[in-house]
Amino acid sequence: MNTSALVIMLSTITLVTGLMVYFFYRVVTAKPKSEPDSYADNDDEVHRQETNL
Amino acid sequence: MSANKESWGSRVGLILAMAGNAVGLGNFLRFPVQAVQNGGGAFIIPYLVCFLVMGIPLLWIEWSMGRFGGKFGHHSTPFIVDTMHKNRLWKYIGVFGIWTNIAVASYYCYLESWTLSYMLHSVVGTFKGLDQEGVAAFFNSYISIGKSTLGIPLEPVVFYIFCLLLNTYILSRGLSGGVERVAKVGMPLLIVFGIFLAYKGVTIKAGVDGAINDSAVGLNFLWTPNYEQLWSPSVWLAAAGQIFFTLSVGMGTIHCYASYVRSKDDIALNAMSAGWMNEFVEVVLGAAILIPISIGYLGVDRVTDLVQLGGLGLAFKTLPYLFFQWGDVMGAVAGMMWFGLLFFAGITSSLAMGTPWMGFMQDEFNWSRKSSAWSFGLIVFLLGMPTVLFFKYGVFDEYDYWAGTVSLVVFALFESILFAWVFGMKKGWREITSGSDIKVPGIYKFIIKFVTPLLLLWVFIGSLITPKNGDWGAAISGNWVLDDSSIIKKVMNSSLKKQLAAATDPIEIAQLQDTLFYVNASRILLIAVFLGIALLVYVAYKKRVREEKI
Repeated sequence: MNTSALVIMLSTITLVTGLMVYFFYRVVTAKPKSEPDSYADNDDEVHRQETNL
Repeated sequence: MSANKESWGSRVGLILAMAGNAVGLGNFLRFPVQAVQNGGGAFIIPYLVCFLVMGIPLLWIEWSMGRFGGKFGHHSTPFIVDTMHKNRLWKYIGVFGIWTNIAVASYYCYLESWTLSYMLHSVVGTFKGLDQEGVAAFFNSYISIGKSTLGIPLEPVVFYIFCLLLNTYILSRGLSGGVERVAKVGMPLLIVFGIFLAYKGVTIKAGVDGAINDSAVGLNFLWTPNYEQLWSPSVWLAAAGQIFFTLSVGMGTIHCYASYVRSKDDIALNAMSAGWMNEFVEVVLGAAILIPISIGYLGVDRVTDLVQLGGLGLAFKTLPYLFFQWGDVMGAVAGMMWFGLLFFAGITSSLAMGTPWMGFMQDEFNWSRKSSAWSFGLIVFLLGMPTVLFFKYGVFDEYDYWAGTVSLVVFALFESILFAWVFGMKKGWREITSGSDIKVPGIYKFIIKFVTPLLLLWVFIGSLITPKNGDWGAAISGNWVLDDSSIIKKVMNSSLKKQLAAATDPIEIAQLQDTLFYVNASRILLIAVFLGIALLVYVAYKKRVREEKI
C-alpha cells in the first residue's frame, strides 16, 4: 500500500476501534444505579409540556 | 392503564440492540461506495467531523427525547414529541417516527429475505460453477420471481413471508425476550463473521485462487486521500448523508428503544457506545470486505463502473461468484458468512422498526404485545408486496427514496429544532446529562443548538435543489440547473420523463409508462398510510382528552 493510504487507514482503524472498545468498557464497568427511593424520586420533577423557562 | 410493560433486560443488551438498530446493510454496502466516490481516504475527514457535530448530537437528542417521553408512558414519537411542547401540531410531526418505520420495513424486509435466501443458496452450492454473468443472471431471475434452482415456486415471495413471520414472532416475544435476545446473538456473530471476511479481504494475493490484484490495490483505492475533494460541497454533503443513514437517526426507533430506559439511567454513555460500535462495523469491517475483494478479482476499472450502480449489485451479483474462487468449501462458508452478516445487520434493524408501531398501539389503545406485533407484520406485508411484485417498476426505489431518505432528514431537522429551540437547551442539556456516566463536553450545548440544525438544514436544502452534476460552483455563480436527483426533480419525475421522451422501442416505452404509473401509485399509497397513522394519532389524542390524561 502507498504510505498516505496506509497512514490514514491505520490511524482511522486505531481511532475507531479504540473508541469503540473504550466506551464499551466504560459501559460494562459502570456501577449500576441504585433503585430510586421516594426522596430521590422527588428530585427534578418534570412536567409534561411545561413552558420553556 | 397501558398494556405496555416492556423493559430492557440488561444494559449490554440495550447497547447491542441500539447498535443493531444502527448497523444495517448500508454499513457494508453504502459506506465503501460513498468513500470511493468522494475522495477515498480523504472522505474520512468530513465523515468523522459530521459524526462529531451531527451524528453524536442527534444520538443524544433522540436518546434523551425517548427517555423523557418514556417517563410519561409514551413509547413512540407522536406523543413523545407531544410531551415537549404544548402546541398540538407537534404530535403530527411525530407521525414520521411511525410512518417511516412501517414504510422502510416493508421493503427492507424484502432485502433481508434476499440475504436469508442467499445464505441457503451459498450453503447448497447454487453459485458453484457459475461465472459472474451467471450469478448476475440468477439475481435478475430471482427478483423477477422466476423459478429458482431450489424449485420453490415464487421463491422470493416465500422467503419474504418467512422473513416477515420471523420478525413478527420475535417482536411478539417483546423487548427483553425477543429483540434483546436476537441482538445478543446476532451482533457478536455479525462481528465474528465480519472479522473473518475482513481478514480474507485484506490478505488476497494476486495469482492465488484467480485473483488479479493484491488486497493492497483495493485498499489503496479506498484509502488513498484525494484532499482536493475536501473543497467540494458534494463530498461534505455525501459525508453528512452517510453519517445520517448509518446511525439510523431520524427514524423514531432510537426514541422508542430509549423510552424503555429508566429515568435515572444513563443515556449519554450508552449512546456513545452504540454509536462507536456502529462506526467500528462500518469503517473497520465494512471497508475491508466489499471493495478489496471486488478489486482483487475484477480490477479497479470494472469495480469503478459497478459501484456507479450502488453496493447492492456488488453484494448480490458479484461477491457470490468471487467467493467460489476460494474453492467449494471456503466459497460456501464465505457466502454463508457474508449473507449471514447482512442478515443479522438487517434483522436487528427491521426489529427496531417494528417497535414504534407496537409501542403506539399498546400505549394508546391497550393492544396486547401479540396483537401489536402481528398487526405490524400484516401492515408491512400489505405495504411491502408491491415492492416484491413490482420491483422492476421502481416501487422499491420509490419507498426507499421517500421513506428511507427524504423523511429521515425532514424529521431530524424538525426534532433538532424542537429539542434545541422549542423545548430549549436548558431542559435539553439537563435531559442529556441526567444520570450520565460520562462528562458530556460543554461545547455540545453550542453544537446542538446551532451547528447540528444548520448542518441538517444544509443537507435538506442540498437535497432539495441539488445542482446539475453536483456542481455547486456553477450553481452559485448563476447557472443553477437542478439535477434529476434533486427532490424537486424527483417529485416531477424528470428523469423518467426524459427516458420516456428519448425511448423509441415500443417495449421500452411501455415499461417506462408502467413505471411512471407505479411510481405515482406508490406515492399515493405512502401518503395514504401517513394520513392513516395521523388519523390514529388524532383518535388517540381525543381518547386521552376524554380520559383526562392530557
